Amino acid sequence: MSWTQKVLRVNLTNGTCQSEPLNMEWAKKYLGSRGLATKYYTEECDPKVDPLSADNKLIFATGPLTGTAAPTSGRWTVITKGALTNAIACSNSGGFFGAELKNAGWDMVIFEGKSASPVYLDITNDQAELKDASAMWGKSVWDTEDMLRAARGDNDIRCASIGQAGENGNLYAAIVNDKDRAAGRSGVGTVMGSKNLKAVACRGTQGIQVSDPMKFMQATGACNQILADNPVTGEGLPTYGTQVLMNVINETGALPTRNGTEVQFEGAADIGGEAMTTPRESDGKANLVSNAACFGCPISCQRRSQMDPNHFSVAGEPKYHGVEGGLEYENAWSLGAATGVNDLEALTYCNYICNEYGMDPITLGTTIGAAMEMFQIGAITTENTGGIQLEFGNAEALCKICDMTGLGEGFGKEIGLGSKRLCEKYGHPELSMSVKGQEFPAYDPRGIQGMGLTYATSNRGACHLRSYTVASEVLGIPEKTDPLTPDGKAGLVKAFQDATAAFDAAGICIFTSFALTLDDVAPMIDGDLEGDWSSETLMEVGERIWNLERKFNMDAGFTAADDTLPQRLLKDAAKTGPAEGKVSELGKMLPEYYELRGWTPDGVPSNETLSRLDL
Amino acid sequence: MVKVLHINASECTGCHQCEMACSYHHEGAFNPSKSRIKVFKFDETNRNVPYVCTQCADAWCLQACPVDAISVNAATGAKEVTAEVCVGCKVCTIACPFGTINYNSITAKVDKCDLCGGDPDCVKVCPTPALSFIEAESAGMDKMRHWAEKTDAGNQASAD
Repeated sequence: MSWTQKVLRVNLTNGTCQSEPLNMEWAKKYLGSRGLATKYYTEECDPKVDPLSADNKLIFATGPLTGTAAPTSGRWTVITKGALTNAIACSNSGGFFGAELKNAGWDMVIFEGKSASPVYLDITNDQAELKDASAMWGKSVWDTEDMLRAARGDNDIRCASIGQAGENGNLYAAIVNDKDRAAGRSGVGTVMGSKNLKAVACRGTQGIQVSDPMKFMQATGACNQILADNPVTGEGLPTYGTQVLMNVINETGALPTRNGTEVQFEGAADIGGEAMTTPRESDGKANLVSNAACFGCPISCQRRSQMDPNHFSVAGEPKYHGVEGGLEYENAWSLGAATGVNDLEALTYCNYICNEYGMDPITLGTTIGAAMEMFQIGAITTENTGGIQLEFGNAEALCKICDMTGLGEGFGKEIGLGSKRLCEKYGHPELSMSVKGQEFPAYDPRGIQGMGLTYATSNRGACHLRSYTVASEVLGIPEKTDPLTPDGKAGLVKAFQDATAAFDAAGICIFTSFALTLDDVAPMIDGDLEGDWSSETLMEVGERIWNLERKFNMDAGFTAADDTLPQRLLKDAAKTGPAEGKVSELGKMLPEYYELRGWTPDGVPSNETLSRLDL
Repeated sequence: MVKVLHINASECTGCHQCEMACSYHHEGAFNPSKSRIKVFKFDETNRNVPYVCTQCADAWCLQACPVDAISVNAATGAKEVTAEVCVGCKVCTIACPFGTINYNSITAKVDKCDLCGGDPDCVKVCPTPALSFIEAESAGMDKMRHWAEKTDAGNQASAD
């Protein structure tokens, strides 16, 4: 089976690295990655722990399918308590680092304590040691990876690191691997920085085996064929990436615009997937150069972009003139529609900055959007911003503020707080478009009702990747539901939440779920691991994970009162588009959801439910 | 007819499925570091380039081997290493101009592409047209057709 059955425990306080056996009983109940690492985390950490204290722990985890020939097997997960949210944080990334970690012989790395000075973890197969990272402290993700390669004299190592944002206390710092793949949300990079842990460099050459090769290869072959034949995974995502959604969601009337004051953006066509492939007026070249794949991925939705070297944001700065990780839908939306900026090149630059300095673009863009609204109403002035005219639509201001935020300079330090704390500070908490401290992403719940319940109940704060009901409500996967009605959405959200947790725990990308069901995934896991794995088992694992996360949050101090949405979404009706006149009908969905979950009317998992799930 | 593993690097997305298929076929484990085919990523030019033995007709590795451990598979044309004979001297790795035969420190033998006996697994799992297994004598036909079409279009334009 693919488990190496080894966990690397790194005590940053003592500077020790020790191997211990993987708890195989837990692996049967929580599968891996998001599930198994959350089990470890919740067993070892007090729910009330201060995320930035030495007592908080940080776990890098692979799933059973990570590093195997299963399609999209590059996924790995970071589990901790989020610096932005104070809730369970679970941030998942692609690229190549996760597969390398597994190939080095480690299922999981648990970081505990805090180093007295900057260090990085150097892994070569079984050998792991902490090394001095003083020279890298203050450097970007990009420079850090280059320095690690030079230090090792090995171009084939894979790295995960934090940039300046993770060092300077920005509350939504990301952990970035392979230069532009990120465990982006909830401030997992902030936790890493608080431990003086700059990076992990990894080289693994040990190989991964599965229990029943014949069964496994047949199942992966079948899944690859389904992915190739599916219009979303076989054509839409390779061609346009997630940016295929920009115009679709705008037409649905669910593109949160200018801090959610509107649901359609007149500049959507300028910043979407089609715009990226259209030659620029300035130099005749398209922003998009090619797509690219993460490890083991037949979909290849990554964007590789090249900017106009004469664009104001990068003129005279050659390091941004090459080909880099381009805009995904969420980033183009948060940095663009949420701020009213329709300059594709400026957004591409800000996206580079997020990769380079290590920040979550969703929280960055939406926090700038909130600051812009406060600037428009006079709650923030140029005295606060250091002279910057922080108006909606101002591309120069956007680029400048992104730079300042990455480096933690001037008003950028305040943008680095995230919108909840920033809006509270300036007397307008209602203008933060967040749930549990985390900003909601690129789908307006007034136009896609299921996403309102998704955001309100997401265990890591507002997020689209916990239950992507957009698949059903807009794209018709697995079957079309009406995005404008709350009816039936409680069941839909629960089903998506549980299935998604299973995909995450398996170690494959949630994008496969556009084409694959758990009936397709189960045979891969059954061929990989010992024991019998069916789609029913996986759904049960998913539900168990969801309840474990929920229980941790309740123990951390969250209550049903936190399962809500910004007032704007509940009271201010959509002004245009198919959802005109609609607000989020969260109040209709939430009680039904609690009941379906087997939770009390106060949103607490009942003893029967906990016992049924063996929690 | 001899078939060859043909690489169209511009189609490679860098997913490394070929490396997993290769290592699984030969080593029984998913282990890109032990794959005979390797995908190299060049950040500066945004290219992923698969590289593997091209099965030279007059092979340097075969000529250099002092114990005749490398032989030609008559059916496939592949130059194959007979592990029982190989002494791990690595002279072939020096002789090969392309670096596509390499020493395996675990087995103490050399490894190279053997075309999986005539049905390469890397080609089967490649999700794009980056890898194909085609007749050696027509390996350039697609490129010729591509350029021929452009030539024709040029004439068409000047005729208009």
